[in-house]
Amino acid sequence: MWSYIVRRLLLGIPTLLGVTIIIFGLLHLAPGDPINAMLPPDAPQEVVQMIREQMGFNKPLPVQYWRWLKRVAVGDFGNSIATRRPVLSDLREALGNTFMLAISAACLGFTLGVGLGTTAAFAQGGWLDKVASATAIAGVSLPHYWVAILLIIIFSVELNWLPAMGIRSTSGATSAWDLAQHMILPTVALSLIPMGVIMRMTRSSVLEILSQEFVMTLRAKGLWSRTITRHVVKNAAPPVLTLMGLQFGYLLGGSVLVETVFSWPGSGFLLNLSIFQRDVPVLQGVILVLAAFFVILNLCVDILHSVIDPRIRRT
Amino acid sequence: MDGMGKRGRGAVRRVLGAMGVGLLGLMLSWTAARAQSGRGGTLRIGMTAADIAYTAGQPDQGFEGFRFVGFPLYDALVRWDLSQGERLPDIVPGLAESWEVDPADVQRWLFKLRRGVKFHDGSDFNADAVIWNWDKIRNKDAPQYDVKQAGEIAFRIAVIKSYRKLDDYTVEFTTTRPSSFVPFQVVYVLYSSPAHWEKVGRNWQAFATNPSGTGPFKLTRLVPRERAEYEANMEYWDKNRVPKADKVILLPMPEVTTRLAALRTGQVDWIEVPPPDAIPTLRQAGFQIFLRSYPHVWPYSLNLKAAPWDNKLVRQAANYAIDREGLCKSLLNDTCTPATGIVYPGHPWFGHPKQTYSYDLKKAKDLMKQAGYDGKRVRTSFLISTSGSGQMLPLPMNEYVQENLREIGIDVDLLPIEWNTLTVWGRKGFVEEHAQTGALNISYNFVEPFSAFVRFFHSASVPPRSVNITGYINPEADRLIEAAEASFEAQVRDDTLGKLHEQLIDDAPWIFVVHDLNPRAMSPKVKGFVPPQSWFVDLSLPWVEK
Repeated sequence: MWSYIVRRLLLGIPTLLGVTIIIFGLLHLAPGDPINAMLPPDAPQEVVQMIREQMGFNKPLPVQYWRWLKRVAVGDFGNSIATRRPVLSDLREALGNTFMLAISAACLGFTLGVGLGTTAAFAQGGWLDKVASATAIAGVSLPHYWVAILLIIIFSVELNWLPAMGIRSTSGATSAWDLAQHMILPTVALSLIPMGVIMRMTRSSVLEILSQEFVMTLRAKGLWSRTITRHVVKNAAPPVLTLMGLQFGYLLGGSVLVETVFSWPGSGFLLNLSIFQRDVPVLQGVILVLAAFFVILNLCVDILHSVIDPRIRRT
Repeated sequence: MDGMGKRGRGAVRRVLGAMGVGLLGLMLSWTAARAQSGRGGTLRIGMTAADIAYTAGQPDQGFEGFRFVGFPLYDALVRWDLSQGERLPDIVPGLAESWEVDPADVQRWLFKLRRGVKFHDGSDFNADAVIWNWDKIRNKDAPQYDVKQAGEIAFRIAVIKSYRKLDDYTVEFTTTRPSSFVPFQVVYVLYSSPAHWEKVGRNWQAFATNPSGTGPFKLTRLVPRERAEYEANMEYWDKNRVPKADKVILLPMPEVTTRLAALRTGQVDWIEVPPPDAIPTLRQAGFQIFLRSYPHVWPYSLNLKAAPWDNKLVRQAANYAIDREGLCKSLLNDTCTPATGIVYPGHPWFGHPKQTYSYDLKKAKDLMKQAGYDGKRVRTSFLISTSGSGQMLPLPMNEYVQENLREIGIDVDLLPIEWNTLTVWGRKGFVEEHAQTGALNISYNFVEPFSAFVRFFHSASVPPRSVNITGYINPEADRLIEAAEASFEAQVRDDTLGKLHEQLIDDAPWIFVVHDLNPRAMSPKVKGFVPPQSWFVDLSLPWVEK
């Protein structure tokens, strides 16, 4: 197992290198200019040139890439062009905020998804199945930024139960309860897609297992339905787990719209801001870290597979 | 009794009426006085920006940075008087008590500094601090030279040739040419504390997180992308501008629906730019809505080197074809006013233009006929943004103008691009793949003569030196700009700029569309706010009722 983990981690390095080359290439192909975004339009050319040199943008692209890569290898992501703050400190703060949201949305979305999916499969064709499937389709189909705005209108503006934006009260309160209140609406908005996706996968996976002969044998032997359910769910788990890993990755990187709507200062908000500012170091840093999370998450899911299903051997 | 009663009752009614009016007057004046004299509370502002501007001195994010970071935390030698909204703000003394141009040499300016001013860290403001700060943005060999701050301000102070200390409280500036615009330029040069910069290890990044200026507010907390908190500087040197609010909290909220919801739920007390269609319901719900003309124009900069805009008659026709009133009323809920020039009527630089650019389709069609487009349709393209600072509602507004121009035979292809990319072309102009593009839609401010005229219409301002992207070259306009700059009497300068404005309206290098009214919505608890005719606001005036 350990050699498998080490091999997978080593294989992750070329994946991440590929990601860095793609990010770097795409960012430099995109229209717009980071220095232009940073300075007023009639800033003197002499100053523009000086900043270009300071930031290393006057060097050929391969040189710029190599310099950046060397720094990243020792944990230095450089400084933001727009704010001059170290990218790493911005990233740490933003990712921490996004993690909180992603974990809570994953807990909510995965629990509901697995619950609804299993219920729907066992009640195949019945009204419970139809309601659960409709909920899943709605979760996947409704744009989550639209749901976010709707939630704000209902629960913040009309009912005044929950705050409409931010990570803490404008008074600056730092209590856990205050944070929890601010997390509820973005968590619900973010959990809809994973809930829908996981529900559908769980349903089809459970249905597939239910149709297998061993389940019929278990029933014929007169096992309790709870025991049969346990066997079915355990066998249906691997594909659902794989999907959960991917969905968690999407939650980390794909919350741009929800974070913007709720002014949640996470990695999505940072990514959005750095795109508009053409803040290349921040963009590269955020995308690289998110890609690294994806690689690690996939590895974790694979390891978990073998724990749940010993037939899958990791050597 | 009855006879006397009629007259008597009349007299009593008159007395009671007079007392009532007097009482009402007293109540109103008491309310007004209370609004003026009250203080306290925490003012929470939902900004349109997605991050707090640079806090080390010269802010980034253009005038937005000056409005919420630069001017509250720092001072300049002179400042805009933003305490009233009835007329345009004047330049008044700031860190300099007085200034004068040397009558014997009009390229020499003397600024007498205010005594007893201290930075937030307690160190003294004096001539050495002034020179140190000019070195920060001009002297590449100085240890405190900050290229970021230099890049933000250098183009505004290009006319300053040299600066030197004459004594502890007198500074001399010389200019490259006679220029009455100097006070309008130095108003943007803000002074950071040299002693504090030393204390934080000669590091501008460290200074930015813990800054020290002389302004009416001190920064107490900065959380990137989330908030900046200011507390009132109770030892502020200008006792009339000691902030009335105890605290100000700035909250970046780029998403308009978030700002609106935050105001409605009481999470903030003030939002910038509420959506126009929400204004009536906000009013109904008791929120205060502030609208005020200010130096802003939403135009099309035309490509004067390509057809059809190389023809002045077509440019004038297009200006007559825009239904500006309809645009402001039906689309923007009266949050703008028609723009028939760069500045608005009543502005000291408006002049008496020959062309009035009212909505006149007949005149527009006649002009098209005279230009040789009788019955012929002409095709052009406009480079526009999907959003952006000061761009108002770019997509529906552009579609509205597109419809208007179709009426007179001009078919416009709208080329929407992302805001930052548009600003790249706003700097480069009509070159490369956009050499034949007809116009570019970027809104501008015209706070002072440089930002209103010089950068857009002087022949020396063509890219890359500045942003005269239309390619407008008119020796008469150059002459008037230079004459205005060389006029040291305000009235003469304003009259000259008025003549220049008349010339520009007649030549129409732009299609003038609307002036924004800078909508703001505030909770009824916010008192004492004055909307000035400016992009900037004086944050020391408002306070929040508990």
